[in-house]
Amino acid sequence: MSVVVPTSLADALRAVADDPDAIVLAGGTDLMVEFNEGRRRPSSIVAVHRVPELSTWHHDPVAGTLRIGAGVTYDEIERDPIARWVPALSQAARTVGSPQIRHAATIGGNVGTASPAGDGLPVLAALDAVVELTHERGVRLVPFGDFMVGPKRTVRQPGELITAVTVPVLSGYQGYTKVGVRNAMVIATASVALVVRPGAVAIALGSVGPTIIRCHDAEALVSAHADFEACRVSDDVVHEAAELVRAAARPIDDHRSTAAYRRHAVGVLAARLLRRAFQ
Amino acid sequence: MSAVDAPVGLAGRLGQSAVRPDGVAKTQGTFEFSGDLSADGFLWGATLRSPHPHARIVRIDLSGAWKIDGVQAVITAEDVPGRLTYGLISHDQPVFAHEVVRFVGEPVAAVAADHPDTCRRALEAIVVEYEVLTSLTDPEQAVDGSFPPIHPDGNVIRHQRIVRGDQTIEGPVVVEGTYELGMQDQAFLGLEAALAVPDPGGAGVELHIATQWLHEDRKQLAACLDLPEEQVRLVLGGVGGAFGAREDISLQVHSCLLALRTGRPVRMAYSRHESFLGHVHRHPCRVWMRHHADESGRLLRVEARFVFDGGAYASTSSAVLINGITHAQGPYHCDNATVDGWAVRTNNLPCGAMRGFGVVQACFAHEGQMDKLAAAIGVDPVEIRLRNAMRTGDHLITGQVVESVAPVERLIRELAELPLPTEPVGGHDHDPMRLPGGAGLTADPATIRRGIGWAISIKNLMYSEAFDDYSTARVRLADGVATVKFATAEVGQGFVTLAGQIARSVLGVGDVVLDRIDTHIGSAGSTSASRQTWMSGGAVDGACRLVRERLFEHLAAVHDLEPFQLAIDGSDVIDTVGTLRVSVAEATAGLEFDETFEHHHRPTEDLDEFGQGNCHTAFAFAAHRAVVDVDPELGLVKVVQVATVQDVGRALNPLSVTGQIEGGIAQGVGLAVMEEIILVDGHVRNASFTDYLLPTFLDMPDVVIGLVEEPEPQAPLGAKGVGEPPTVSSTPAVVAAIRDAIGKDLHRVPVRPTDIVFG
Ligand SMILES: Cc1cc2nc3c(=O)[nH]c(=O)nc-3n(C[C@H](O)[C@H](O)[C@H](O)COP(=O)(O)OP(=O)(O)OC[C@H]3O[C@@H](n4cnc5c(N)ncnc54)[C@H](O)[C@@H]3O)c2cc1C
Repeated sequence: MSVVVPTSLADALRAVADDPDAIVLAGGTDLMVEFNEGRRRPSSIVAVHRVPELSTWHHDPVAGTLRIGAGVTYDEIERDPIARWVPALSQAARTVGSPQIRHAATIGGNVGTASPAGDGLPVLAALDAVVELTHERGVRLVPFGDFMVGPKRTVRQPGELITAVTVPVLSGYQGYTKVGVRNAMVIATASVALVVRPGAVAIALGSVGPTIIRCHDAEALVSAHADFEACRVSDDVVHEAAELVRAAARPIDDHRSTAAYRRHAVGVLAARLLRRAFQ
Repeated sequence: MSAVDAPVGLAGRLGQSAVRPDGVAKTQGTFEFSGDLSADGFLWGATLRSPHPHARIVRIDLSGAWKIDGVQAVITAEDVPGRLTYGLISHDQPVFAHEVVRFVGEPVAAVAADHPDTCRRALEAIVVEYEVLTSLTDPEQAVDGSFPPIHPDGNVIRHQRIVRGDQTIEGPVVVEGTYELGMQDQAFLGLEAALAVPDPGGAGVELHIATQWLHEDRKQLAACLDLPEEQVRLVLGGVGGAFGAREDISLQVHSCLLALRTGRPVRMAYSRHESFLGHVHRHPCRVWMRHHADESGRLLRVEARFVFDGGAYASTSSAVLINGITHAQGPYHCDNATVDGWAVRTNNLPCGAMRGFGVVQACFAHEGQMDKLAAAIGVDPVEIRLRNAMRTGDHLITGQVVESVAPVERLIRELAELPLPTEPVGGHDHDPMRLPGGAGLTADPATIRRGIGWAISIKNLMYSEAFDDYSTARVRLADGVATVKFATAEVGQGFVTLAGQIARSVLGVGDVVLDRIDTHIGSAGSTSASRQTWMSGGAVDGACRLVRERLFEHLAAVHDLEPFQLAIDGSDVIDTVGTLRVSVAEATAGLEFDETFEHHHRPTEDLDEFGQGNCHTAFAFAAHRAVVDVDPELGLVKVVQVATVQDVGRALNPLSVTGQIEGGIAQGVGLAVMEEIILVDGHVRNASFTDYLLPTFLDMPDVVIGLVEEPEPQAPLGAKGVGEPPTVSSTPAVVAAIRDAIGKDLHRVPVRPTDIVFG
């Protein structure tokens, strides 16, 4: 097995371009589990944790965006200043594993794994984040909704690195909420992210389908009927939105929970988030 | 005053919170657990396991494995020189499956090789052709005889009734319920691991192993290896928790066979996944109960039916069954009983010992019933328990008189005095981690409902049913230093601390050296059944007293005194009626006193066909009160506080007692709200800590502890075992609190979110 440990982005890009089948290793909190359980046997690895360009972020106040390098850890995302700019992403970060895991786990790894239960992903979906994929030959910007195409399946091509995700910095309410059977350090059985923009809301669901699910019907309903000025929404609209959220979910039965519970839970979570947003 | 600050020579005596001799090494990470063992030129061993719950083995082809470079041994049932099976009570479990596999994970073959990766490839290269058979996974089919025997011993491991008193009593108040418990894992952190070192020429073997009972392992091992017991020497490897899962054989025989076959040391270590398959679990159980009471709620008769799913092999199922049914009445007075109990075989994972040993199942049911009874007659859960509280001298439904201290009423009254949480839902600081759902930020405090639940337990201590249970210790006193030798497995419970405390107290020494824990001395019995403080504590105490007698005789002769005049005072020997005072160190300079003592508890009896007989040794009691916050809409629970008062006899090391109580409650909370091995048609769905959820720090409630210290006259040091009771009644207390919060009848643990939302 070969291991390459590049210390610059250029070297990292060259390494993955030279060996497109190499496995990219960031914090290793997903990969090491797979290796240890024998589900994957790598022949070559490009370890990117020493690439300084990947672990920086850049706030552009003029554009109103935050570009978060793929190597930024959830520990950093959980705290200020990122927590101030994207509170929902910080809330999601707080639910990832334990402090030890968050010190190693990167947002790029979460996006790279693309599990429907990845906690950062519903927030990125609701924020219409853009995933930056970089090849030695150039950069592609892919909206998150187009990036993840199935459970653990993305449009990333061999030879590409995930270099960053870019999210808008907004002033309205945003929140993330997740159900698991334990108070912390637990895989989501169902989760919901809500982002409020002037005149429109975005609702995204985790763990209830093969990909992160955007609830367009519920979004349209709330966007049409909520009073964004007075920050009010009627109980009827909340109930109806919760029903539409349930209808949008495509959950399964497994050892972690039942489809019926997951469908029920995303409705409850969406209703609670809407009440928190419009009160 | 902490033990560390105590004057030299007085530190760490009985009654003090002496520090663990292995504490610093364990916290600093330098303690050698059995998974860290190594020897020059060792090989790795690994096990091939059945992928099917029930199948006939048509053919095994080992040739592929032999072809791999670095493979030194490949063995199957054919290679077992001695008895082909083992087991704690009946030896019905094959060392390697022969002709048929009976559970997913049953060992079929083992390999030894130069590297774990070589082992893995060798296992992959072994071809086993199976003919898959229908599996028996519903224990009721074993009870009703509708499934053909899956083992030559049949599908019923044991059936036992208890029939006592007037069988015709009905009502006037009747409450009935069916209760279910899922399969809990002991989930110790130190995985199964061993190092087997063969003697030159294969004449014997030395096994370093994390176990609960060295001598029982040796007995079973020697039979399978076809070696005399003296040629099989066991040494305790560092044990990272046990909770019952190390009472049965796991990798012991395999590692020794591989070592003897290759003539080289063999190291085996399970992964977490393999550990879930490789040890026994807590029995899933279904309990039906019907209680008859008078209008004031006093119990008149209890009816019960228990079905314990023992899985594929017997292990200790028959003893677990007896523990369950003989505790059906709970810590309450009741003269009449009709109980029917079954422990049966299925193609599920084998079940055996786990902290609480059958009584957890009984207690979950009888405590659910007591709450139903309270509701039926319109009194609160505390009052119903006070009205029925058992006392010393009461009869059990087996006819046995409870001679132990039985302070049930006092436990309840003192528990009621312990403070309830004063903080509102979510706490004053609005910390989401205090709410159900925690970090997931699911909860809105206004929708949370709080509930309070009670549960009380009775738990037998030590072994039952005519087993001659004993422990051995040897103490040598020379030049002021006591050396203590025993085979008591230290699994984390702290016997190594206690042994030093006993020696310091009885002999007045400061320095106590603990000899290696191995089979070069008589058996200590198992570290289980809450028994080692009583049994091995009694043995160390007895040996120390013998040594002290010899010392006093010697000094009396030298100083022309009577031995009975002498006593230990601090670190000196004194003449209680004269002036002699000499330090123990000085008195023993150049001398050596060496004594061995065996402590037996008093004999017990078998049960007769009506379940009558003095089958148990002694009993301990505990009371728990749980406070929970529940999110009824999402079915999420935060256990806020568990308060407990426990009958401990005497707290010989208060910090150790606290540790046992807190840890036991963690395990009880786990069973109440999250811990379960999920089996679908005999296949395990969650054999990892990703999906077998244990409570973390953030799931642990605040624990408030009260101790009742009424020394137990039967116990050598006045102390009762404290390990199991905290696990027994904490689970039903938490479930009662959830029922109280949401007003629903929950009858299964763990309580899942779906049970709360849709139940
Ligand atoms: C105990 C534990 C608890 C956990 N709890 C949670 C949880 O609560 N919520 C949650 O969402 N996740 C959880 N995880 C999963 C994991 O921590 C996260 O998914 C994490 O964000 C992965 O990041 P990483 O840097 O460790 O990724 P790695 O394991 O290094 O990589 C993950 C994947 O992403 C790819 N990858 C990484 N970086 C790049 C890159 N720059 N370009 C291209 N591909 C890349 C890798 O090739 C791999 O396929 C947990 C894991 C553990 C072990």
